[in-house]
Amino acid sequence: MSAANEIITAQAPHGAVHGHAPRAAHRSHGSLNSYIIGCALAIALTIVPFGLVMSHASIGTPLIIAVFALAQISVHVVYFLHLDRSQEQRWNLTALLFTTIVLGIILGGSIWIMHNLYINMMPGMMPGSVG
Amino acid sequence: MSNGPMTAHGGALAFEPGYADNAAAALRDLRPASDAVDFDFELEHHHDAASTAQLGFWIYLMSDCLLFAGLFATYSVLHVRTAGGPTPQGLFDLPYVLTETVFLLVSSFTCGLATLAMGRRSRGATLTWLAVTFGLGLAFLGMEVHEFAHLVAEHAGPDRSAFLSSFFTLVATHGLHVTCGLIWMAMMMVLVVKKGFTPATVSRLSCLSLFWHFLDIIWVGVFTLVYLFGVS
Amino acid sequence: MLGKLTLAAIPYQNPIVMGAVAFMVIVAMAVLGTVTVLGKWQYLWAEWLTSVDHKKIGAMYIILAGVMLLRGFADAIMMRAQQALAYGGHAGYLPPEHFDQVFSAHGVIMIFFMAMPFMIGLMNCVLPLQIGARDVAFPFLNSLSLWLTVAGALLVNISLAIGNFARTGWLAYPPLSELHFSPGVGVDYYIWALQISGIGTTLTGVNFIATILKMRAPGMTLMRMPVFTWTALCTNILIVAAFPILTVSLALLTLDRYLGMHFFTNSLGGDPMMYINLIWIWGHPEVYILILPAFGVFSEIIATFSGKRLFGYTSMVFATMAIALLSFVVWLHHFFTMGSGADVNAFFGIMTMVIAVPTGVKIFNWLFTMYRGRVRFESPMLWSIGFMITFAIGGMSGVLMAVPPADFVLHNSLFLVAHFHNVIIGGVVFGAMAGLTYWFPKVFGFRLNERLGQAAFWCWLIGFYVAFMPLYALGLMGATRRMDHYENPAWHPLFVTAAVGAGIIFCGIVLQLTQIVVSIAQRERTRDLTGDPWQGRTLEWATASPPPAYNFARIPVVRDRDAFWDMKQRGVDMRASVYRPIHMPRNTGTGFVMAVCLGLAAFAMVWHIWWLAIGGFAAAMVALIRHALDDDRDYYVEAEEVRRTETLRGRTQLRSV
Repeated sequence: MSAANEIITAQAPHGAVHGHAPRAAHRSHGSLNSYIIGCALAIALTIVPFGLVMSHASIGTPLIIAVFALAQISVHVVYFLHLDRSQEQRWNLTALLFTTIVLGIILGGSIWIMHNLYINMMPGMMPGSVG
Repeated sequence: MSNGPMTAHGGALAFEPGYADNAAAALRDLRPASDAVDFDFELEHHHDAASTAQLGFWIYLMSDCLLFAGLFATYSVLHVRTAGGPTPQGLFDLPYVLTETVFLLVSSFTCGLATLAMGRRSRGATLTWLAVTFGLGLAFLGMEVHEFAHLVAEHAGPDRSAFLSSFFTLVATHGLHVTCGLIWMAMMMVLVVKKGFTPATVSRLSCLSLFWHFLDIIWVGVFTLVYLFGVS
Repeated sequence: MLGKLTLAAIPYQNPIVMGAVAFMVIVAMAVLGTVTVLGKWQYLWAEWLTSVDHKKIGAMYIILAGVMLLRGFADAIMMRAQQALAYGGHAGYLPPEHFDQVFSAHGVIMIFFMAMPFMIGLMNCVLPLQIGARDVAFPFLNSLSLWLTVAGALLVNISLAIGNFARTGWLAYPPLSELHFSPGVGVDYYIWALQISGIGTTLTGVNFIATILKMRAPGMTLMRMPVFTWTALCTNILIVAAFPILTVSLALLTLDRYLGMHFFTNSLGGDPMMYINLIWIWGHPEVYILILPAFGVFSEIIATFSGKRLFGYTSMVFATMAIALLSFVVWLHHFFTMGSGADVNAFFGIMTMVIAVPTGVKIFNWLFTMYRGRVRFESPMLWSIGFMITFAIGGMSGVLMAVPPADFVLHNSLFLVAHFHNVIIGGVVFGAMAGLTYWFPKVFGFRLNERLGQAAFWCWLIGFYVAFMPLYALGLMGATRRMDHYENPAWHPLFVTAAVGAGIIFCGIVLQLTQIVVSIAQRERTRDLTGDPWQGRTLEWATASPPPAYNFARIPVVRDRDAFWDMKQRGVDMRASVYRPIHMPRNTGTGFVMAVCLGLAAFAMVWHIWWLAIGGFAAAMVALIRHALDDDRDYYVEAEEVRRTETLRGRTQLRSV
């Protein structure tokens, strides 16, 4: 049985209590460079697909355009959101990966299902002419 | 939500390693000397409120992302159902969309500059860059509203066909998010002026910049799926 | 001025509805009157309505769930009675347009306002305690979530008295739910009730994920978390991922109805089948959102009441994660018959069968936990055993329907109805009852009457089988769901049996209500003085019953799974010798106020009272902003007060094992 209870009188707001605040302050905040590089890359990755489509270039297929979009999104994620594989970002990265998978399932699944539906249920009337 | 110890700076989210893992490491260090650590004030209450808020906001953003996923899926399925009315090729003006895209993209860049300024605790620079971001965002919105008005005037409003319903809803939902972002941005600018860089203000500005970058990411999806695919 | 709202909206001519409304009004007045007579408004406001304490919020969720269980069950009794009467040429007592509202309300209420709040309530009460935290990550949002859910529930109930409810079934499929075929306010009530409460649920998801990931006690790594915490984590991930799709589906339907758009209309390119696709992308994860917490409850109870560590912890965790992941790739099995080709149907059919496997793993783990344990057959354990048998049967009928050709025969038959009630009642409801009995002493400080609890269990178990096994037979005989009358007299005895079963369940509910009253009256006899009435294994039992607002005076360092059991083994002395001030969030009425404003705005949207809709929404935003700008949102419990609280509750030495 321990001795009489000690009481520690009211302390300053706990921000001051923790001598190891620096541990909490360890945050990647990016640098001017990452923003400039990111912006430049993003602008390039925007202008090129627009240019391809506006000039009706034959390599401007949906697949290529989609690749540009994914590349630009990655640029945003890396250079603007500073998401990396560091310890601090682990949960954010995991959440983003999971969200991407579910997004793919929703998008891909819906398109597959509905397309299949149209083929089976309206074989003579492909969507596009339905009023 | 309490105002915990604040970690400054900006840019993006980061959060300290789960303190449980740190504590486990701390325990391992303690073990040789004393196995009997059953409570430790130093190890408890380390949930850095700021990093918890950032994680919470990030998770909300992920849910928002899936909201857009639903809208993207709807557009993907319904965009061919034009009901004999206007089609994407006939409606979309790519140079116009490129212009508003560049506005939004640059605003994302200036938002980053504002975050860096916040990291330096420079009130003037932060407010300046936030104002520029606001202006660019407003320009984007203005162009979008103008496009909508033009379409409605041409009898290509959202009630004309499933294609147009899904187009308007997808793009306008993004626009609504931008609007909320702008309102939030204005409020934050007022807060920075009135209260300076309190821990709460810094945390909220970090969340705002996350939000703003995220909106640009969604826009990349929108202009690709709607405008570029629509016209090509 | 009042949009479409007139006095004619009150269904004076319908005696059944007016009777129900009168009953609701009388009960509401009785409750409000009692509070007034006892002079408890100040207490209610200060201690409950403005509370941000997860334990109180959890209790209020469960109270909501209990009340809505009664309302939803009343709908069930009405349906059973109608179907027991309306065979051959008889019309029964319920006109079709009323019957349609009854089955729609029954589904909406049971899923959204009974099962969800019950599970969320249990998670609220227990989770922070289990991980050694003092509250959830965002206490204000927690309060807001609760009151938004209450607002949604109120909207559904108000639709009984003012206007009518949807007649479309609980998922409101278009084109029936479109303006053309449902021009009234029923579908609008449905939409707004679900959107309002859906925001609350999504916020809960964010809240709990952040709590579990960031606020665990020192030493509690992910693989040392209790299984209930794991299932809660997966549930909340599902919530955050799935509810946005519900939001989108309902929003698109709203745009069709309010702004004349054409997402799901029959004309101008709309495609009703896209709604069905979208709503089930939400709908399937939703049922796993309901069942995973129940699985967690059973894992805790079975381990505790077998006096043994849970068998196969790692496989339990991975099975839970597998179920969560797989729940996103099975949704088409709800509409095999909609017309996708064989390849699509085959894929989803196979995935549906695959998802049964991790559930099977769990059942074996529970059985192996019991094996060679010292099993105590108190009522939480009875619910658990009843669950294992009943859920297994329900699961089997599900896997049967996962075969697309079989489903082509059984889709939308009473076989389907029997299946989902089998798994929801056997799984979710039994889990809720088990969790309620198990954690009641922790939250309220005294145990529920055991004899009445066991009697209630037997009524529920027997009543369930008597009510739903006939439905399997009826489904195989060709009976469709949602019928208000039928021609074939051969079905009649089965419907009567089902009605008898509902009556037996009714007895179970009466016994439970009695149990609560009796337990409160006898609470001094069943008081929990140690904080650990069941020889528990997890950290929530390391606190007093009920715990102080701050949960733990000192947060224990966790060294193993079953953290509390481990502490008991090592003889850890929970009494502190040193106290420090504890940082706590203040109560706030903002959540309540916002929910009132948004509820009013939603009501206004239903009736097209545009000024009220805008005003209500604006007022809610003002309240939110005011709260956000408020700097005085937390306080410290002084160390001296902590010492006093701990001493007053007489922290006794832990029983050694």
